[in-house]
Amino acid sequence: MSQLIEKPPASGGEPGAPQRPAPAVRRRRRSPFAYILIAPAVIMELLIHIIPMVLGVWIAFLGLSQLNIRNWLRAPFVGFDNFVAGLDPNGPIGGEFLASFGRTLVFTVVVLAIVWVLGIMAAVLLHSSFRGNGFLRTFFLIPYALPSYVATIAWAFMFSQRDGAINKILVDDLGILDERPFWLLGGNAFWVTVIVTAWQMWPFAFLMLLAALQNIPKDVYEAAAIDGASLWKQFLLITLPMIRPANGVLLLVMSLWIFNQFNVPFVLFGAAPPESAKLISPLIYQHSFSNWNFGLGGAMSVLLLILLFIASVIYVRMVLPKGKDID
Amino acid sequence: MKAPVKALSTLAVLGLGMTSLAACGSGSGEATSGDTLTYWASNQGTTVEDDRKVLEESLARFTEETGTEVELEVIPWTDLYNRILTAVSSGEGPDVLNIGNTWATTLQETGAFLPFEGDALEAVGGQDRFIQSSWSTGGAEGEAPTSIPLYGLSYSLYYNTEMFAAAGIEAPPETWDEFVETAKKLTIDTDGDGEIDQWGVSLAGSSISNNAHQAFVRGLQAGGSLFDENGEPTFASDEQVAGVKQWVDLMAVDKVVSPSNAEFTGGSQMVEDFAAGNAAMFFDQAPAKTLNARGFENFAAAPVPLTDPAATGDEATMSHVAGINLSVFNETDNEEGALKLAAHLTSDEEQVYLNKAFTSLPVLSAAYEDEAFQSEEITLKQGILENNAKPMPLISQEGQMETLVGTAIKNLFAQAATGTVTEDDIRTALEDANSQMAAAQ
Repeated sequence: MSQLIEKPPASGGEPGAPQRPAPAVRRRRRSPFAYILIAPAVIMELLIHIIPMVLGVWIAFLGLSQLNIRNWLRAPFVGFDNFVAGLDPNGPIGGEFLASFGRTLVFTVVVLAIVWVLGIMAAVLLHSSFRGNGFLRTFFLIPYALPSYVATIAWAFMFSQRDGAINKILVDDLGILDERPFWLLGGNAFWVTVIVTAWQMWPFAFLMLLAALQNIPKDVYEAAAIDGASLWKQFLLITLPMIRPANGVLLLVMSLWIFNQFNVPFVLFGAAPPESAKLISPLIYQHSFSNWNFGLGGAMSVLLLILLFIASVIYVRMVLPKGKDID
Repeated sequence: MKAPVKALSTLAVLGLGMTSLAACGSGSGEATSGDTLTYWASNQGTTVEDDRKVLEESLARFTEETGTEVELEVIPWTDLYNRILTAVSSGEGPDVLNIGNTWATTLQETGAFLPFEGDALEAVGGQDRFIQSSWSTGGAEGEAPTSIPLYGLSYSLYYNTEMFAAAGIEAPPETWDEFVETAKKLTIDTDGDGEIDQWGVSLAGSSISNNAHQAFVRGLQAGGSLFDENGEPTFASDEQVAGVKQWVDLMAVDKVVSPSNAEFTGGSQMVEDFAAGNAAMFFDQAPAKTLNARGFENFAAAPVPLTDPAATGDEATMSHVAGINLSVFNETDNEEGALKLAAHLTSDEEQVYLNKAFTSLPVLSAAYEDEAFQSEEITLKQGILENNAKPMPLISQEGQMETLVGTAIKNLFAQAATGTVTEDDIRTALEDANSQMAAAQ
């Protein structure tokens, strides 16, 4: 809280100077009304985020199962057993967790790249004025506006091997493929998860990047054009540096969302996705809510939390511009 | 302090997944007091709304008899397990609820449900009224059950009578070898375009539960079991591998199942496939309501073929004891009323009414005297339920077992759809599942 306190002059002033009485110290009273205003937000934040997170960390150290879920305070303390099981690369649980973690990293990089490229292309395209601009802006936002579950179910129908629209187009209509591939089984399941996730997320990148582009003064581009800079050079030397703050935040937020992707694989494949599409969040769900091994699920969540936190801190310190950079 | 601790428990469970909360249903019902009870019913009919209509009629009779109102909520199967989990952890649940009978032992271990012993058992008329195989699914062996059977189900073989007649097949197959031979005869190219458009068998290759049920039944028929007498998993024993191989070979070796079936995630897709004339046979528990809704009448039911027709005991198993059970929540403020509701839903009259409406099997022998249950299909399924069905392993990790074994078989079907599956592939997949199960125990 701000406190305005006028410092009294240093005692002892100049010798012989007339001693002025110290001005009255004016204090702004702390208003309880401000606390009342933010209290609901603080309470909700505690209830929804902080307390469950702290309890989740605590549970990671417990042998919590159906035997003690009703009174989990009495669940036995197992120390780091759950973490050891989750991280042992030679154990069946740890091996699966680490494999899933690596797969999720690849998934995150691939989806992020697709989403960003699509987002920046659309944003640059729609940054200029042309007939139909408004329609395209609305059209591009449709994936973001549709309920995630409904859209994913529709994709599952489209990727069906026998009756799906994708195979009908690729095999029957265009003749690109001779045989109908399975998209929801085997290795292709990974790419289906990538496609559906990217389709759902790219409009957000588009929106954020478009907003960032609109903050760049037009005269910068005009000056560059007069100096003979090509469009590509303008993009590299003007656009990218000037949207860097927004871009940095966008990439961080989206990579966290993509890494934690749950809805798409769960709706596409159910609680037991194919090996190639077994991402980390559905795996944690399986241990916690299908197998009722809450301690193990909690430990995996904590490991994930720590890794993402460290990665985020490094990213923020190394990539995001500091205040002086922005100035 | 009890209430804050419960609230913390709920928060803790909600916080467990951290990243997985989107799919976790939230509990809204809670045990009521006085003259109102809450009842969570599973979705048995074609839609939640249909179930509501059927159940409201029965509950109206209960209210008339006892003066107690019942707040009904029909919960889809996809949400029911998570809703129960939330209720158990928070202590805020309904008075009475339905559970899948394979969950009974897991839920029993939570201590959240009333044991049916003493007065509670007497309130529902005692154990002897019930079909004993269904009763045995109520909880772990040797302990008072915490659930009682409500709807019975059992697998049988369904076949298209027109296709059988067209192929000159007079009777359904009795042995597994005959079944495969029959399926091969019925796998044909009907329009001469060089592609098979009628398959011998339809199955749900991506259904975890269907695959786990078949691993259980086919394993028993082959002389194996999923767990030994010490409770250790034996998923990859020679007998279990042989049993699972029979199932996977239908697509991988015998080529009597369309590769597209590897994508079917639910039994309903398999039934639709059959009704559309794409396949001649399938195994299921209660497809009649779907087939009837489609106006499809050219079907009949037969016993599940046995590996050895002379087999007895476990090797003569045709189905697991399928069905839905009823539990009373320990935290109910109206235990007497809850037990009365349990007694009402399992009374002779209501068993006839409910199982007729949901095309399931009554869990009381007496109910089969009603003319609604005199058809050949029902008589056959009753016989299988009573004489040729074994409960799925009565262990707390039953759900995990189904996930691991069912997923292993799902992956084998995915492999079969695009290539070949050897016996070694099957053994390796089951060994992986076995080691995960052992590590989790």
